[in-house]
Amino acid sequence: MRRPSTFNVVSVALGLAFLYLPITILVIYSFNASRLVGVWGGWSTRWYAVLLQDQALLEAARTSLGIAFLSASASTLLGTSVALALARIGRFAGRTALSAMTYAPLVMPEVIIGLSLLLLFVAVGFDRGFWTVTVAHTTLTMCFVTIIVQARLADMDRNLEEAAMDLGCPPLRTLLTVTLPLAAPAVISGFLLAFSLSLDDLVIASFTTGPGATTLPIRIYSEVRLGVKPEINAICTLMIAAVSVAVVLAALLERRRTG
Amino acid sequence: MAAMNTFQRSRGVWLLVLIPGLWLLVFFLVPCLIVLKISLSQTALAQPPYTPVFDWTEGWAGLTAFFAALSTSNYAALAADTIYLASYLKSLEVAALATLMLLLIGYPIAYGIARAGARAQAILILLVILPFWTSFLIRVYAWITILQHDGLLNRTLLGLGIIASPVAWLASDTAIYIGLVYSYLPFMVLPLYATLQKHDPALLEAAADLGARRWKAFWSVTLPLSWPGIAAGALLCFIPIVGEFVIPDLLGGSETMMIGQTLWTEFFANRDWPIASAIAIALLCVILGPIAMWENLRARQLQGSA
Repeated sequence: MRRPSTFNVVSVALGLAFLYLPITILVIYSFNASRLVGVWGGWSTRWYAVLLQDQALLEAARTSLGIAFLSASASTLLGTSVALALARIGRFAGRTALSAMTYAPLVMPEVIIGLSLLLLFVAVGFDRGFWTVTVAHTTLTMCFVTIIVQARLADMDRNLEEAAMDLGCPPLRTLLTVTLPLAAPAVISGFLLAFSLSLDDLVIASFTTGPGATTLPIRIYSEVRLGVKPEINAICTLMIAAVSVAVVLAALLERRRTG
Repeated sequence: MAAMNTFQRSRGVWLLVLIPGLWLLVFFLVPCLIVLKISLSQTALAQPPYTPVFDWTEGWAGLTAFFAALSTSNYAALAADTIYLASYLKSLEVAALATLMLLLIGYPIAYGIARAGARAQAILILLVILPFWTSFLIRVYAWITILQHDGLLNRTLLGLGIIASPVAWLASDTAIYIGLVYSYLPFMVLPLYATLQKHDPALLEAAADLGARRWKAFWSVTLPLSWPGIAAGALLCFIPIVGEFVIPDLLGGSETMMIGQTLWTEFFANRDWPIASAIAIALLCVILGPIAMWENLRARQLQGSA
C-alpha cells in the first residue's frame, strides 16, 4: 500500500472543511447575542430561551417527533420483512415486483411521491393530518431500512441459522433467536436512518399534511422564507446535536459488533 | 447460493412478502396510477378540483362515461406553453452540470479516503456521512446565512478587499449549484469510495513497474476500474436533482423555475391538480431512462455480491 500523497490529504481536508464549515458557522451564530446574523455581538444563549417560549414551534417539534417515531417503527418492520424475504426466501412469485417497488421510492422525486399520496388520500376521502404524514413517511423510508438490513443479511454467516435448523429449531424461532439478533445493529441503524429522514422531510409532509399537523420542517421552512433569524439557528443547532449523538451511538454499536 | 432460501419451506413465511407487498401496492403503485388518471382529467372548481370523478354507484355506464371523459389536453397544454418546456430544460441543465461538478469534487475526496489507512478510512467515511444525517433544510439554511447580502462571504471578501461592494450571491444559479453540490456530496463520495476501496494496489504497482507514470497509471488503470462507482454516484445525484424543490426554491432566483418548483406552484398556488399531475408524469418520463440504468446497475451489483 502506497502512502497517501499530498494531493490525497489536501483533497480530503478541503472536502471535509467544505462539508463542515457551513454547519459550524450556523452553530456558532446560534450563540450570537446580536439579532443580526451577520454581526457578532458576543456569546449568549438568549435564542434558546426564546425557543422555549415559542409554543407553535414546540408543538411542531412534538408532532414531528411523534410522526418520526411511529413511521420509523412501521418502516423498520416492513423494511426488515422485505430484506428477510429478498435475502432468505430464495425464489418466490413476485420477487422482482417486490424488489422493484421497494427500491423505486429511493430514486422517485419527492414531489411525485408527495403528490401521488395526497391524491390517494383525497380519492378515498381520508382526512389529512398526523396519520397521513406518518403513512407517507413509512412508505418513503422503508426502502432505506431494506437496503441496510439486506446488506447485513447478505454478509452474515448463514451456518449459524443452518445449524439451529438442523438441530431442530423451528424456523420462526430461528428467525427470532438467531437471525434477527445477528442482524440487530443493521435493524437499529435502519430505524435511526428512517427516524432522521422523517424528521427531515419537508416536501412530502407539505403535500400530505392537513390543518392542525404542522411538522418542524414545514414550520422552519415558512420562517426561513421570511429571512434569517437567530432562533432558527438555535433550533437547527439542537437538531444537529440530537442527530450527531444518535449517529455516533449507532457507529459505536456497529463497531462493538464487528470489532 | 443454497443458503439463500433458509426459510423457504417455512409456514407463515409468505407474510414477510404479503404485508410489505400490500403496503407498497396501496401506498406506492396505486397512488402513481391515480396521478396518471388525474393527469388525464379536467380542472374543475369543485372538491376535489378535477373531473371526471369516478362514481362507483353508476356501475358500467359510469365506467364508460368516465373513460370517455379522459383526455390528453393537459399534455397538449404542457407542450404548447414554453414555460413548461423551459422548466424541464432548466432542470436537466442544472442536474447535468451539478452532477459533473459533484463528480469533479467528489472523486478526489473519495480517492483520498480510499488511500488512507483502514482505521482512518472508517472515521473519514463516517465524517462524510454525518452531514447527510442532519436536516437537508438546515444545510440549505446554513448557506443562506453565508451567502446573504450582509452575510459572512460578502463581509469576508469586503474585509480582504477582494470586492468593492457586496455581491448578490443569493437568488442566483451560483447559489443553486453551491447548495446542490453541498447537499449531494455524500451521495457522490460514498459509491465512488465503495468502488475505489476494492481496487488492488498491486495493479498500480504493476503499472509503475512497467514504466507508467502516475497520471498514465491513473488514467488507464484506476479510472476504468471505477466506472461502476462513477455511474452509481452520477445517477444517485442526477435523478433526485432533476426533481429538486427545496434548494432552487430557497437559494435560486425567480427567472426560470426548475420543474419541481413548477409542479409545486401549479399544485399549491394555482390549485391546478390535473396540470400538476401531468407535469409529474412528464417528469417521470424524463428520468425513466436514468432510473432504468440505476435499476440495472443495482441488480448487477447484487448479483456480483451474492
